[in-house]
Parts: sequence; structure tokens; C-alpha cells
Amino acid sequence: MSVFIIRRLLQAALIVFIMSLIVFFGVNVIGDPVYMLVSPDADQADIEKAIERLGLNLPIYEQYFKFLNGAWQGDLGDSFVFGEPALKLILHHMPATFELAFTALAMAIVIGIPLGLYSGLYPEQKISKGIMAGSILGFSLPTFWVGLMLIMLFAVMLGWLPSTGRGDTAKLFGLQTSLFTLDGLSHVILPALNLALLKISLAIRLTRSGVREAMGQDYVKFARAKGLNTSRIILVHVMKNIMIPVVTVMGLEFGSLVAFSVVTESIFAWPGMGKLLIDAILQLDRPIVVAYLMIIVLFFVVINLIVDIIYSILDPRVRLQDQGA
Amino acid sequence: MTMKKALFGVAAIAAFAAAAPVQAEKLIIGLASEPTAIDPHYHNLGPNNALSRHIFDRLINQDEKQRLKPGLATSWKPIDDLTWEFKLRPGVKYHDGSEFNADDVVCSFKRAPDVPNSPSSFATYTKGKTVVKVDNLTVHFKTAQPYPLMGNDVSTVPIVSDSAGCNAATEDYNSGKAAIGTGPFKFVSYKPGESIVLSRNDNYWGDKPVWTELHLRSIKSGPSRVAALLAGDVDMIAGVPTTDIETLKSNKKLQLSQGVSNRVIYLHLDQFRENSPFVKANGGGEIKNPLLDVRVRKAISMAINRDAIVDRVMEGVAIKAGQLLPEGFFGVSSKLEPVAYDPKGAKGLLAAAGYPDGFEMTIHSPNDRYINDAKIAEAIGQMLTRIGIKTAVETMPRSVYFSRASKGAKGLPEFSFILVGWGAGSGEASSPLKSLIHTYDKSKGFGSSNRGRYSDPAVDAVIEEALRTVDDAKRQDLLAKATEMAIENVAIIPTHFQVNTWAAKKGLKYIARTDEYTLAIGVLKE
Amino acid sequence: MTEVVQQDLASERQVQTIDSETPFKRFVSEFFDSKTASVALFILLSIIILAVIAPWITPQDPYDLAQVDVLDGRQPPGAEAFSGYTMWLGSDGAGRDLYSGILYGLRISLSVGVMSGFIALLIGMAVGLLAAYAGGRAENVIMRVVDLQLSFPAALVALMLIAILGKGVDKIILALVVAQWAYYARTVRASALVERNKEYVEAAACLGISHARIIFRHIMPNCLAPLIVVGTVQTAHAISLEATLSFLGVGMPQTSPSLGVLIANGFEYMLSGRYWISVFPGIALLVTVVSINLVGDHLRDVLNPRISTGGGKAK
Repeated sequence: MSVFIIRRLLQAALIVFIMSLIVFFGVNVIGDPVYMLVSPDADQADIEKAIERLGLNLPIYEQYFKFLNGAWQGDLGDSFVFGEPALKLILHHMPATFELAFTALAMAIVIGIPLGLYSGLYPEQKISKGIMAGSILGFSLPTFWVGLMLIMLFAVMLGWLPSTGRGDTAKLFGLQTSLFTLDGLSHVILPALNLALLKISLAIRLTRSGVREAMGQDYVKFARAKGLNTSRIILVHVMKNIMIPVVTVMGLEFGSLVAFSVVTESIFAWPGMGKLLIDAILQLDRPIVVAYLMIIVLFFVVINLIVDIIYSILDPRVRLQDQGA
Repeated sequence: MTMKKALFGVAAIAAFAAAAPVQAEKLIIGLASEPTAIDPHYHNLGPNNALSRHIFDRLINQDEKQRLKPGLATSWKPIDDLTWEFKLRPGVKYHDGSEFNADDVVCSFKRAPDVPNSPSSFATYTKGKTVVKVDNLTVHFKTAQPYPLMGNDVSTVPIVSDSAGCNAATEDYNSGKAAIGTGPFKFVSYKPGESIVLSRNDNYWGDKPVWTELHLRSIKSGPSRVAALLAGDVDMIAGVPTTDIETLKSNKKLQLSQGVSNRVIYLHLDQFRENSPFVKANGGGEIKNPLLDVRVRKAISMAINRDAIVDRVMEGVAIKAGQLLPEGFFGVSSKLEPVAYDPKGAKGLLAAAGYPDGFEMTIHSPNDRYINDAKIAEAIGQMLTRIGIKTAVETMPRSVYFSRASKGAKGLPEFSFILVGWGAGSGEASSPLKSLIHTYDKSKGFGSSNRGRYSDPAVDAVIEEALRTVDDAKRQDLLAKATEMAIENVAIIPTHFQVNTWAAKKGLKYIARTDEYTLAIGVLKE
Repeated sequence: MTEVVQQDLASERQVQTIDSETPFKRFVSEFFDSKTASVALFILLSIIILAVIAPWITPQDPYDLAQVDVLDGRQPPGAEAFSGYTMWLGSDGAGRDLYSGILYGLRISLSVGVMSGFIALLIGMAVGLLAAYAGGRAENVIMRVVDLQLSFPAALVALMLIAILGKGVDKIILALVVAQWAYYARTVRASALVERNKEYVEAAACLGISHARIIFRHIMPNCLAPLIVVGTVQTAHAISLEATLSFLGVGMPQTSPSLGVLIANGFEYMLSGRYWISVFPGIALLVTVVSINLVGDHLRDVLNPRISTGGGKAK
């Protein structure tokens, strides 16, 4: 087990290192951030000074070594635009993104599983067909388009919910979050729903196929034969068997929610990491782009590792070692 | 500059206002672009400068038309060719209670050009000037040559406190520790990407703002910003997209303010290469750069239907341009009119220059910098194609555009024909003349944005003379003359001046500013 | 088109019980069992045909600046353009006739989606077959890379690449290819593994038939069914991904707008009452993606006996 973990950690380190190379050199090819940053009034000498201050006068490999050297000590460089450490800025924006992704995930489970259950139990009913058609729509609708429609409908036309931004935050367990204030909750509903749409469809489909498969299984037939009533069969026996895989898969989607929040955040002016990334890309704030991608790579590598370990605990048939090697 | 005595009446009104009962008046503004720091010296860029005007003062203020008004200095004048004397306002207090004096001025001018990590410093305005404290309320600015634009330069540099701000780092400002100025608002909180909260400085020396609490939120996407206003989440927004102006105007719950800005949108043409990379003969062969011929440049200018651009692309929210700054600014020419649309005449000129069948060209333009920039480029492409210059349109994000337009291949401007804009930060004509028209000269800092590399020694001489002339009337004439010479030669082709629009709830009125800044102090209750 | 559908439906009834029907015929008849899927396929084919013949059925070439006039800008549906034709769907801010713009935009969106999907399919297929056939250490390494890539959401991979590469048609396609190939590789390997261990392959190997021949003649055709399913779904995905990137301002260029760019442009007009500028391209995108997904969804049911028989593993 520990050999496995050490090996995987080494692999993760290698991946992060390779990514840092690709990302750092890749990002440094496009455009020239200085012209994005200097005031138009600046003359040639001012521009040269700015280049020096940002460290862009050094050859690219020296910049990379400087970056590596800093990264080793937990310093991913200072943002060109904000002048503060990129890591600090990203960590600062992280809670907002996580609470958005978390709310979306909760919505997907709460809305998706009951709908999936229904359409799985009564596949021939009109409502079920409607649910399935809706789930295809959910897959197909572009997120950005839906976001706009949500703003138009609920904020502008009906005036029920605020259109953009994050609400008041409160401190809970040392974290600033907007999920425990009324204002905060009212702000999070629309963007979270927007983000959740795809995952609701996913939850519907997973639950539906799970239910359909389970209903054909022997244990359900036995239960029926024993004369148990239908709702008990469904709630106790079927649900117990399908909930674990469905919730596991949905949990794995958390990472994808964090990544996809880029779109939602930029429409709803949600001050999360995704919006920070898009702004950084558009403004050529290279240190932030590099730091964001490094953190996200690390994030996914760690998630994968945890998943593998959990699987091995749950299912003893999976052996924790690299096959073949 | 004419020297004005401060209006001490202001203080009397302020005293009266202070006597009124304190009422909570909250104002939430949706901004189009986000300031990158609270530190007023960190980043010399529009959004930051607008923000810093809330918390910090300058020695000289620019009013809504960028005219110079007394700020922390009550008067300023040249006492000899190389020295300007500034008298400072007595009795001004910082937010932390300490008193403002000459030491603050000296250290602010020392800090402004040299903040670590600063991507765009104030060195542009502070260089060549030595600041000397004469007594607690008098400072001298010394230069090596006569310098008429002293007032304009000084009006851009925020004053921070010697005790709390001069030795502080940008982070200290962002955390609020060092964000202590003399301005009309006090720092409350700063959440990057989210909001900036300020509260009224009840001891402010000048006109006190109506608002006791101010929230600045940045909502970059235009439609989202408009939606936030329509939904009532914000009280006012800046940068109303031209597409929405018509609808917002007819909305009875809202009120719009519009004002022409100091920003001209213009075309720069390659005037230094015999073979220009993006100009080709019909069919794509090499051709001697036709843009070197003044007749061709004139023809291009005449082929542009400025009325169509203003009416159709800008939806009426722009003013067609014939020179570098709109009417009313210092140094503009009274003789210049926008070139009239004349496609027939343009064809004739092209034929006379030896291009009866035109040629091929590419116009390059940013697509996220100026109001409707890509659409304007597209419209210009259509118009030139109609007179026989088959114009391809290539637009790109500014992150790529500006570096290529300024120094693409081999350190030279890469494009042949570009759409750009220029905002005169100083509020007078020397700014565009110096940067866009004057011959590119790295050692003197001239022509830094002359991306067509237009060069005319006669115009250069007039510009340089103007920059040495302290007498206002004489300088005005010289600037106008230089502008006329350059426009006559079609150094650049101005198309229009941007008009900015703010929208607010009914009952609020914003005094539109030419410098495009959004200042809470300009938001009035009706 | 309708004729073909009816014909097939008719023939299906006749041949249903005949044992000697070819797998293809059975597939066709099963596919057209679903009315929804038939309609979706019909719509999808119509869209493709319209996109292909766009230059002959539109009044304007929206990419030719000599034909686009800014004076025609922002006209409501049904308005008449200066050059005389009626703009049935109105025009956008630059004066592009939206009917022409949408058909040309469809061309771009579809070709970007299909092209990137096809390249990704080729790469994925090659990698997947290689992995399945080679086995051992090579397979391990390849599948580790595939798994790693699959653990990142496609949208994020594409966004990263655009951040690194910059904008442009070629870069979008490249980004979409990189974001997708792993799905194909995984699918191909899975089905190839099943085939590899079958007797006929072993028999072929014993007979001394070359590796290439075994792969291309025997293993590959058997992987086609799942590939088609993954391919349709991925193409729909690629089309909406391109639209999303364009919307974020990091996708296709302004002057040759894909549907995503048209919608993004129309986004500016959302609140101004000029609904047509973004609504019509939006509907075009929606109909396209939904019909591809419906077809793909049904293809999965028809082609994959595992799902259609409710969990049995028989093949």
C-alpha cells in the first residue's frame, strides 16, 4: 500500500513538473504582457523599465529557473496585474468557486436522482419520456446561453433573485462563505443552477439506468414474490443498491464542476478562480495562468489518487499496484 | 495655465453640510473594469486612477472637462523659467488625523515612479522634476528646461501620507493599513474581483459627497452589467454598451448621462516601408507601398463614411472626428472639419495616384479594447472595398494586438493599416501630437505610439517648440498649427470621438467626464 | 429524404422475421423503430445539406466584405436589404444577413466539430488499437496517459491549450482534438481487447497472417459500432465546446463567425430587444446539437446490446 502511494506520488510530481514546463513555455509564447499593462502615455524608456520590473528582460529559460526555484519554496510568482503572489490570489478566490461547485453538486443530486428514479420505474410514461427529453436538452444547451436566460428571467423580468455577484459572507469554521447568509444564498442559486444543469442530466441518466437494471435483478423479483410493497422495495432495496455508484460518480464530477465554473463565473460575475483565470488569459497575466493550471493539475492528480485508494478499500479485488510493471 | 485662487466658499458650504443630520446614503456602482490595487501609485491606468481619486487627493484636480482646478495646492505658478511654485492648502487632515504638509508631497513624488512590481509607473509624469520643500506649505518643482505642462503632470500624481503611506508596500494598501489619504472617501474593505467598499470622509476639506457608503463592484460583461442595473442590484453603471442605450433611454426607471471623451479613434498607415507587409497588388503580388502617396491616404479618408459609422455602428453615440481631440480642448484647431464622405472623389484620387483598380490591403484591429472596435474595422473594410481597395479585416484580442502593432517583427510595427484609439490623459493636444505624430525617437521619448512611423521634421519642430512655450495663448496656437499640418498631410486618419454613457436609477445624475472616469463624487441626487 | 425513411420503414416490416438479414439492415430497421430518432436524423441530415449548399441558397456571402454593408445593420426579420433581397431572419450589427450568416456559421461549426472529431478518432483509434494489440508495458503506459487525460474535463483541457496556443481556427481544432482523442482511444481499446482474445484472431495469428492485416481486417471492423456512438456524442460535444470557447472570447475570429461567435455577438443585444441576433443562431446551434445527441443516444441503444437487453453481458 505505502509502496503504491509513494510510487503514485512520484508519478504525480513528474506530471506536475512536465505540465509546468509545457505551461510555462507555452504561455510565454503569445503576446507581450507589457503592452497590456503600461499606460498609453508611457514612452519608450518607461516601457523598458516596466519590462525590467516584471522580469521579462531575462531569457525565457532563466525566467523558468527563477519560477522553479520559487515554486520549490511555494512561491509561484507575483501576478503582473495585481502585484501580489499568484498563489495567494488564487487561494483567495478558491472558496467562492468551491461553494458554487458544491451547491451545484447538491442541486444535481437533489433534483437529478428523484427524476431519474421516476423515469426508471415508469419508463413508458409520458412524464418519464419528458424527463429523458429534458435531460438530452440539459446535455445540449450551451451553459453560457442558459446562464443569460436565467438572468433575464429570474433577475430582470421576475426580479426574484439578484442577477450577478456574490452575496454577504459569514465566517464558519474559519472559512468565509456565502452559504450561511440569506443574501449569500439568494446570490448563489442562479449560478449554481446554471452550473448544475449538465450534472442534473447526468444524475437523471445514471439513476434511471441503475434503476432499470436493478428492477430486473433477482433480488427485486424475490422481494416482489415475497409480497413486499412496491415503495418499500424501491426505497430500501433498489435505492440502497444504486445510490452508492451514483453518488460516487457525482462526487467525481466535483472536479469537472470546478473546471466548468469558468463559464458560469464569467457570466454571473462570480468572484471565483475561474473568472480569475479567464481575466488572466485575456490580460496575459502569465503568473496567474501558470499558477492556476499548476494548482488544478495537482488538484486532479490528488483526486485520482484518493479515488484509487478508496476503491481499493471498498473492493479488495482491486490490487494497489501498477499492473504488469 | 491661468492661476486661480481657491474658492474658499467651498469650505463654507462644507461646514453647512456637516451640520445636517447624518443619514445613511448607500451608493452601489457597477464598474466595467476592475482596479488592480488600492495602492494609488501601483498601476498608472484608468480604473486605478479613478479609484484613487476617491481615497487620495492630488495637488491639482482635473474637473469633468479635464480643466485644472486647485486640489491640495491652492495656487501654482512659474517663478522663473525652470521653477514652479506650489502653495499648499492649510489645515487638511488625513483619514488618520495627521496633518498634510510639504513632506507628503516630496515623498509622494519619490514613491510614485518607483513602486516594486509596478507594471505601469507614474515615471512618465514625475521624470525630469525635482521636488524641493521650501516651507511646510510651499514646494518648488524644478526642471532642466522650461516646462509648460507642469500643472497637467502634477494633476495625475496622488499624494499619500509621509508617515503612513510612503514606505508602505502595495500589499499594505490593499489590506487597508496604508490606504490613508485626504480624499472624500475612506477605505473600508477590498475584495479583489468582488467589491471595494468606502465610506464618507466627514472631515473632507472640499465638497462633501452625498454618499455615506460607497460600493464599487466590477461586472466586466456588458449585458450582465446592464442586467444588474435593471434588476436593481446596483444604482449606477459605467460603460453602457451602445447596443443597449436605446432601450435604456425609454426605460422610465432609469436615467442616462452621456459625454464626449478625450479618446479619438483613428487609423494609422504604414508610412515608412517601401514594401509594406499587408499591402499587396491586386492578385497578391508585391507592390510599392501606395500609402506613401498622400493622394492615396486622402482617398482612404474620403472613402470612409463617418456618418454611417456614427449612426449605424455606434448607434449615434459618437462624434465624427477631423482632428486629435474634440472641440473645447486646449490646443485644438478651429479650422479642421471631419473629412466629407466622397467615394467618387476618392476613386478619382486613387486613379490620379496610379491605382485606378485599387490594390489589396489588410486592416488590423483589436476586438476588445474600444467601443465596437471590431465592428468599426469591419465597416471600414467594407467602405474601402467599395472604392477598389480590397480590404481584408483581421481582428484580435488586445493581448496579442498591441505587442504586434507596436513591435512585431524585428522590433518594428508589424501591420500596415491599423485601427487604434488615443485618450489624451493630460486633457490637451500635446499628448497625441507627441506620441502619435512626432517622429519616432526613442532617446527623447517622442513618437512612442507612432505605429505608422509618420515623420515630418517641420511638424516635429512645431511640436517641440510648443512643448517649450510656457505662454498659454502662444502654445495653443502652436499645437493647433501642428495638428493642421499633420492632418493636411494625412499623418493619421481620425474617424470619431468616443462618447461614454453612464446609466443610473431615476433620481441620480452623473456628471459625465471626458477622461472616462467614474467618480462617486460626480453622482448627484436630483 | 422522407422517401428514404418511409421506404426503410416499409421494408423493415417485411424483413423483420427473416433470419438471413444482414446486420446492417437489422440496424437500420431497429434505428427507425424510434420516431424521435428518425425525426432527429432527418433534421440533422437537412441541416448538413443546408450547410453544404449554403453558397447557392443564400442571398449574401457573409464573409465577403463587398457584399456586407454596415448600413444594413440590426434590421429586424423581414426587412429589405439595400441590395434588394429580403432578410428573413434580420441582420446582425455588422450588416450580415442572419439567414446567410447562420448557414455559413453552421458550415464552420460543423466542419470544426467533424474535423476535430475525425482527427481525434484517427489518433484515438491508432493509439487504442496499438495498446490493445501490443499489451504489456506499452499498453500500461498508454492507458495511464489516457486515464490521466480523461481525469481532466475536456473543457478545461481545451481552455488550457487555448491559453497556451492563442486563438485561431487551427488552434481550436487542435485543442478540440487533444481534448477528445482519449475518449476514442479508451473505447477502441476496450472493444479491441474483447476481440483480441477471440479464437478467430488466435487462429489468424497461427496461420501467419500479418499483424496489420489482423488489426485492420479483423479487429477494427468490430470496434466500429462503439466508435460510431462515441463519435456522434463527441461531435455534438465539440460543437458546443467551440461555441463556449468563442463565447468566452478565446475561440473563432470575429470576421468568419461560427454559430458560437454569432451567439456571442448577439449576447450584446440581448437586453436591447433585438432578440433575433442571438436567438436565431442559438436555436440553430440548439437544434443541431440536440438532434446529434438524440441520434447518438438512440444509436447507443441500437448498437449496444448490453444496454438494450438490460444488463446482460452476452455479445
